[in-house]
Formats: sequence, C-alpha cells, structure tokens
Amino acid sequence: MRPETEAELAEMISAAAAPICVRGGGTRGVNLNGTLLETGGLSGITLYEPGSLTLVAQAGTPLAEIEAALAAEGQRLAFEPMDHRGLMGTDGEPTIGGVVAANVSGPRRVSVGACRDFMLGVRFVDGAGNIIKNGGRVMKNVTGYDLVKLMSGSWGTLGVLTEVSLKVLPKPETAACVLIDGLDDTEAVTAMAKALGSPFEVSGAAHLPVGPDETPVTMLRIEGFAGSVTYRAEKLAELFPDLAVRIERDADAVAESWNRVRDVAPFHGVAGDVWRVSVTPTDAAALAASIEADAVLYDWGGGLIWARVPEGTDVRARLGAFDGHATLVRGSGQPKFQPEPGPIAALSQGLRQKFDPKGILNAGLMG
Amino acid sequence: MQMPQPNANVLSRKAQIVARLRNVIPPDAVISDEMETRAYECDALTAYKCPPLAVVLPSSTEEVSAVLKVCHEMGVPVVPRGSGTSLAGGALPTADCVLLGVARMNDVLETDYDNRFIRVQTGRTNLSVTGAVEADGFFYAPDPSSQLACAIAGNIAMNSGGAHCLKYGVTTNNLMGVTLVQMDGTIMEIGGKHLDAGGYDLLGLICGSEGQLGVVTEATLRILPKPEGARPVLMGFDSNEVAGACVADIIKAGVLPVAIEFMDRPCIEATEAFAKAGYPMCEALLIVEVEGSPAEIDEQLALILEIARRHNPVELREAKDADEAGRIWLGRKSAFGAMGQINDYMCLDGTIPVSELPYVLRRIGEMSKEYGLDVANVFHAGDGNMHPLILFDANKEGDLELCEAFGADILRLCVEVGGCLTGEHGVGIEKRDLMVDQFAPADLEAQMAVKDVFDPAWLLNPAKVFPLAASESRRSVALAAE
Repeated sequence: MRPETEAELAEMISAAAAPICVRGGGTRGVNLNGTLLETGGLSGITLYEPGSLTLVAQAGTPLAEIEAALAAEGQRLAFEPMDHRGLMGTDGEPTIGGVVAANVSGPRRVSVGACRDFMLGVRFVDGAGNIIKNGGRVMKNVTGYDLVKLMSGSWGTLGVLTEVSLKVLPKPETAACVLIDGLDDTEAVTAMAKALGSPFEVSGAAHLPVGPDETPVTMLRIEGFAGSVTYRAEKLAELFPDLAVRIERDADAVAESWNRVRDVAPFHGVAGDVWRVSVTPTDAAALAASIEADAVLYDWGGGLIWARVPEGTDVRARLGAFDGHATLVRGSGQPKFQPEPGPIAALSQGLRQKFDPKGILNAGLMG
Repeated sequence: MQMPQPNANVLSRKAQIVARLRNVIPPDAVISDEMETRAYECDALTAYKCPPLAVVLPSSTEEVSAVLKVCHEMGVPVVPRGSGTSLAGGALPTADCVLLGVARMNDVLETDYDNRFIRVQTGRTNLSVTGAVEADGFFYAPDPSSQLACAIAGNIAMNSGGAHCLKYGVTTNNLMGVTLVQMDGTIMEIGGKHLDAGGYDLLGLICGSEGQLGVVTEATLRILPKPEGARPVLMGFDSNEVAGACVADIIKAGVLPVAIEFMDRPCIEATEAFAKAGYPMCEALLIVEVEGSPAEIDEQLALILEIARRHNPVELREAKDADEAGRIWLGRKSAFGAMGQINDYMCLDGTIPVSELPYVLRRIGEMSKEYGLDVANVFHAGDGNMHPLILFDANKEGDLELCEAFGADILRLCVEVGGCLTGEHGVGIEKRDLMVDQFAPADLEAQMAVKDVFDPAWLLNPAKVFPLAASESRRSVALAAE
C-alpha cells in the first residue's frame, strides 16, 4: 500500500483487517509481518516560515529535503536526528515521519531536548481509519491533551502519521570541541557532568573509550557566534587544569566527529547486537561495566550508553533493575523495548486498544 | 460559563464521605465545615465560585492514594488543586466534589547537580524550586508570571510556560519524571532520572492534562546552570507592524534571545501611569533579553541593535547596569497589576503564528471598537503567545458576559490564523466550550479516549477541558453507576 493522500490512507486503514507494517524510508530496521504500508506518497514541505521558526511537512517527506530547505535559510533541526543506515546496514531515504515516529534524537538532545520537544503538531490516521489532528503550528500550545508527545516515539503503533509540524532553530555560526584525552569511563562521566553543569552551554558531551587514535577521548561541543565559541571553549578548558585538554577549532572537523557519535559510526559494519540504554548519567560507567559489552560509546554526558554485544545477549538481564530503559536497536531475540511494570503496561495496552482497536498497526512492536 | 448539576446522590452522602476520608488521613487534613471550604471556592478565575463538598490536604503520596481510593469507591468526583492560581478555572470545584489540595506537600526530596535534576513534592512553589538550587548556581527554567505562588503540581497540570521559554521551553520540556496516583489509588513512577521514555511518552501525555489523568505528587525536574549574566534592551516603534517585522528579523538573523516581550500603546500608557518605568510613549515596545558572559552579551546585542536600527525605532535603550535592567523590566512585570488598578480585566492567552501578529493586533483593535471594551496587549512575541487584557466593569450589569463574548471572538481569531486557544494557561472551564472551534469531533474523541484509559469513571476534574456536550455521555456513565 502506498497512499497518495491522507484520505486514501484513511480508507485503506479503515478497510484493513490484517496486520500492517508501517514504513517511512525503511532505514530503521522495522520488519514485521503484515502488508507493507509506505508513506512515501505523502511527501512535501507544506509550510516553512523561517521568521516563526516553524516547518510543516507531510510525513513521507525525505529528511534530506527538509534539511536542505532549512540550511538554505541558515536553520536546522536542533535535535540532530541520527541516520540509522550505517548502523543498521539499510539503504533507502529516511523520512521526517520516521524520525518523529521513532523520536530519533542525537547528541544535542542533552542540551536542547529530544525530537518530541520540537514537535508542535501532528496529523495522523488511527487504527480505525479516523483522521485526527493534535497540536498545531505554534510554539506554545496547551489546548487539550498533548497527543503530539504520545505519537512521537510510538513507532506507528497508535496511528500512521500524515503530517508533522516542527520548531526549528537557527544554525549557529560556528562550533568548537574541547577534547580530553586518556580518561577512564568513570573519570569521563565526572568530567562531562562538570562541563554540562557549567554556564558555558555545552551542546554535546560524549566519551569514546576507544577513540580515533585507539585511545580514550572525551568530547565537549560548544556552538554559537564565533567570539562566544572562542570564549566559552577556553573557559571550559580551564575547568580541567589537571587533564590533557585540547581544543579543536575547525568547524568542519567538529561537525564530522559529532556525526560519527550521532550515527554510532564505530559500530558500523561490525557484527553483533547493538543496544541503546538510557540511564542516570552518574550510573553510566558501572552499568556499562555490568553489560560486559564488546564495545561501548557514551553520549548525553553518560546518560546514553551505546553497547555492542554478541548476538542474542540478554543485556537487560545483565543490567538488572536500574533507573532507565534499554532498547535493542540492532538484533533480534529480545523484545525491542524495555518491558514496562504492570500498571504502566496496562495503560500502554489501554491506549493501543483505543487507538488501534483492530490491533493491526505494527502489531506487537511495542508490547 | 455553565457547570453540570451536582450529583444529588453524592451531596446526600456528605457525612459518610467525610467520615471515611477522616478514617484514612489525619482528621485535621479533612475540611468539611462550610465556612472553611469557602476558602477553596475558586482559583484565579474569580468570576466563578463554588465551595466543594469537602477539602482534603494530604501530606504524602500514600495519603493521596488513600483519599482517591475512597472517592473512587464512593463515586465522588475529585478536583485537584495546586496553589489555585489558574486563570482558566482549572481548579474550580463543583458542589459534589472533594477538592484535593497538595499544599502540604512541599518538600525538596533530592537535589543532584551532577545529573542536573531536583526532585520535589508538587505542592512546592515554582520560584522556591529555583530558590533551593540557586545558591549552587542552578535554576529551574519555566517561569510563569505567578511563579511566587503557583505550585509545580499546577505547572505540570497546565504545562505552564513563562517569559523565557523561547530558549528554555515550557514545563513539558523540563520534566523528567513524576509519581502519579491514579483515580483508583494506584501509585506509579513515570520517567525518572534518565531521559526519554522506554515505551510510549506517558510523561508528555500527563503534562498538560489539567489534572484529569491522575494526581502528580512528586516530580523530577531538570535544572540548568545559571548563565553568567543577562541584559535586556528596550526598543520603541511607531507601529505594531514594524515591531513585528523586527522580531521576525531578529529570529531570522540567528540570534536566540531568552525573551522577546511586546507591549502595545494602551498597555504602555497604563503601566507608565502605574509603575513610572520611564517607557517611551509609542505604538509598540519590545524588550529583548540575551544571556551569556559580558562579551557574549555585547556580541548578541550589537547584532540585535543593528537589526532594530533598520526598522527606524523611536527609542533604543540599552541597560548599562543592573539598575537600568531592572527599570526596563519594571513596567512589563507590573503590567497586569497596572491593569488591575484601573479596571477589572480578563486575560487571554491564545497563540498565533508570529507572522500574523500585525493582522491580529489590527483585528483586535477593530473588535475592541465594536464591543466598546478597551484592550491592552502584552505578550511573548518570540513564540506568538498573546496576552490581550480586556478591560471591563464587574459591577456593571452584562459587562462580564460582553467581555467573555469578545474574548471568545479573539480566541476564534487566533485559531482562524493558524494558532490555538491557549498557549500556557490551559483550557479549564474558560475555553472548554470553544474547543469545537479548534478541534473536529474525531480530534476531541481521541483526547477523551485517553481519559477513558486513565480514569474510566471520569471522576477526576470531570467538567473541564472538553465541551460539556461532548463529554456528557462519559460523565453520565459515572453518574448512572451510582
């Protein structure tokens, strides 16, 4: 199925009785049984007002098209969505609907928020074929319940997105990166906490236990106007007088290194399952150790652990009880999403029954 | 504004209900005397008043759970209340409800600077959250005007914003976790000390649900390191259009001020008479504030002033020191008080696309003449969140109704140009019946389906948010079950 309009999509879902596998560009590795429903026919930017920091696009619009339109006005999607293709070994064209459905957020999530924080409005077709809108195209909106947040990260299980409305932000003039060499994981998390707790507006804090030089490197990103970036990078470096600190000032090199963190490049083309674990940052090093992974990478100041493990490893069993959740991004054999405690699972189940009464939309993906 | 008929069956069982509540929480935490419940008869939307059946003031999550369990079993509606500062009637009681106030729950439970969060009981006031961490160089970003009094519980219920949300976002962007008590007494933890949801974003759903999905007793809030400094600049223009164009140009230039506040002439005149802040008499005034180190502030302000000069300002005033900065903010911060001095007023908060600003202000001016009621406009220009203040005389027969009709027309205008009914105050009872102007039946049905999941009997704050006609069948199921 490949609808060309929202109305056509609503008819298809309304008539459907068997499971449907909802797909944007198919880059994020969701392969479920059922009739394939592609959103690529619902494509195009419907509104872009740079002065209002607002963009509205149909869900199947290629992400690249949106990023190009924004770049032409010196703006961007600040939540820095990752490109899953390298990690998942997929091809195809990521769509904005896919980004929203999976709430895909990159390194800048720690400072500016997740994809869901930039979502202003949605239109979607629920599992009964109803066309529903929520939110809008304005930046402050508390009119009724926030189904925009509910739809962001619901992976197509509550409805098929047809249009999304986003807050965009100016692209900073330049960027620099403060690099600290040779820290172990615990020291790195401590350093990142110090940086993120400083007033110097760190927009990314990652730690690679095995960096490009095969040695550990901790990365702290600063973005903004040139004078301000220089000032803040130097002040930030001064916070670590006893450590081996360098400053990378070449904006292209900074962008390249953060794209590698965003897309988890060190795990590309290497066999094994890949897990994404959201944790309390100061617990990160101990939790990562408990996973006994083949390789890890820390983002969000330690709040996000990427772990590569042998196929079939039950990472959740190794983690035990912790404040956070683990998602199986690449691999099979375990539920993709962290099982929820009883009362929350009951609410999730109740929402699915209301929004997808036939149980046909990406059935089973989220429980 | 109409409220549903109180349930006679509940009213007749008052003595039993109060007795059962006194069995599960300390007797002094249950107020049933009619003289004393009167203190809770309204929130900041004072035109509407109704004392509740009883008031409970629990001191812990467990007590909240016990109270809700009793009310659930006995079929009694519950209206949750933070500090009662809602401008939308979100905490307005009904005669047959138990009003659940969280005011006694105001402790700080944990502060963690390494992980940048604070965990509080939700009766704590917004400003005192920042108060608990500012000595260590941190702050809690959402800053509604009522921040001295309003409680975190109400902030979460209404997804409150503030003047600085252009940069820092609103409550939902700064909320990491909650302890939620469901209507049947079930206690659950949603979110926590980590980022984002592992499954559905229930936290995002609860924030802004106006106390209809559960009672939030504890919250984990994101705290941020305080910027090195902040400095405002004041600009006067001879038309709203030019001021609006200046705002758009500042944003397009890549500067992201922490606040862009807009005041029109009626508002400038009223605040000047009241606060004597020394504002220029002009058609439109902007206050733009930026943050950072002194050098960074200079860098941003230079760019902003250069843009402003292209729009031929009648006044450009930079703050050279803290005293001058204070004077620039003085008038804006006393705007509502100034209005209260000269008149009764109704404060709206519809949001519009920033590009529609000049058109909407012109239309409001025209409607003001048609209705014969004055309007002053003060609002957050960077995000399009308007605050038209309609002036009326509460002692004059029919003036309140006229004002409400005018207000409804302004909000319909906001929706018409692509905006919404409420940007930060919430729907409550005030905008409940206008929801059909923004949403189609299927849109409202989807929202009400969420309440069906969290509160199947529709006992929590039931007569709010949705038009009474739209929610009637659901609410009457609860009644019939009696």
